[in-house]
Amino acid sequence: MLRKLVPHPFLAVSLACVWLALVNKITLGNIILGGFLGLVIALITAPYWPGKPRVRDPFKVVGFVFLVMWDIVVANVQIALIILFKPTDKLKSAWITVPLELTSPEAITVLAGTITMTPGTVSATLSSCGRAILVHALHTDDPIAVRDDIKSRYEKRLLEIFS
Amino acid sequence: MLVEIVVCVFLVIGALFGLVGSFGLLKLQDTMQRLHAPTKATTLGIGGVLIASMLYFLLIKDSFSFHELMITLFLFLTAPISANFLAQTHISLRMKQSDLPESGGAYGWSLFDDPPVMEKPSEPAAPTQAPH
Repeated sequence: MLRKLVPHPFLAVSLACVWLALVNKITLGNIILGGFLGLVIALITAPYWPGKPRVRDPFKVVGFVFLVMWDIVVANVQIALIILFKPTDKLKSAWITVPLELTSPEAITVLAGTITMTPGTVSATLSSCGRAILVHALHTDDPIAVRDDIKSRYEKRLLEIFS
Repeated sequence: MLVEIVVCVFLVIGALFGLVGSFGLLKLQDTMQRLHAPTKATTLGIGGVLIASMLYFLLIKDSFSFHELMITLFLFLTAPISANFLAQTHISLRMKQSDLPESGGAYGWSLFDDPPVMEKPSEPAAPTQAPH
């Protein structure tokens, strides 16, 4: 019964927190309204979330978030340098196929987002069976190294986070 | 005074990266390359401005606001998704399957290939209307 009414407790709690942050005032009324919104929105959107992503180790999530934030800063500087100082005809863009070991849609979504936000790569599309992801690199001398880097730096950690 | 200098530094850094990101749109050659500029350089641009705003309100106006954190969160959620939509549209409109590398599996890229046929779970018999 409770499972049915609150299909995704974590989603409900985070929606309530987002609501509180948006109104920017923590009062009892706002907490109740936020909790109500969290419950109702989680219930209405439940059909879109058929599976339950299982996070095995919350501490690894924190580590992953900080790693990605650092990489975003590095990515920004790298791209800025390429844009400013690299002649466009010297740019070697490449399409890279990255085979996936991740299977859960949530994990693949996080990986695709991470690839887009981090150095020199944008994720473009998935293979129709979901076993490979197509990545575009702005400038690379060694596509194989980029692929291995994505696999060892991000996918390995996500494999540990999502069981 | 020191606080103001720090706020200014973050503002300038943010503005600089925003400018570089927009310049990238102008300078880079094709759609896929152009996609790199706004997804990355601009993130730090907006990030710098948001950090400056947070510090300003926290240290000078003595009020803390969650809004900057929310903007960061929404930006990180939406930037990759819109970039992905642009990339998919570009591929399906302007590119052929032969322009892309092999997917390495039995199935090609989802824009050109149908997904594998799933075994459908046997559907329960249609509920029969109970006679009144």
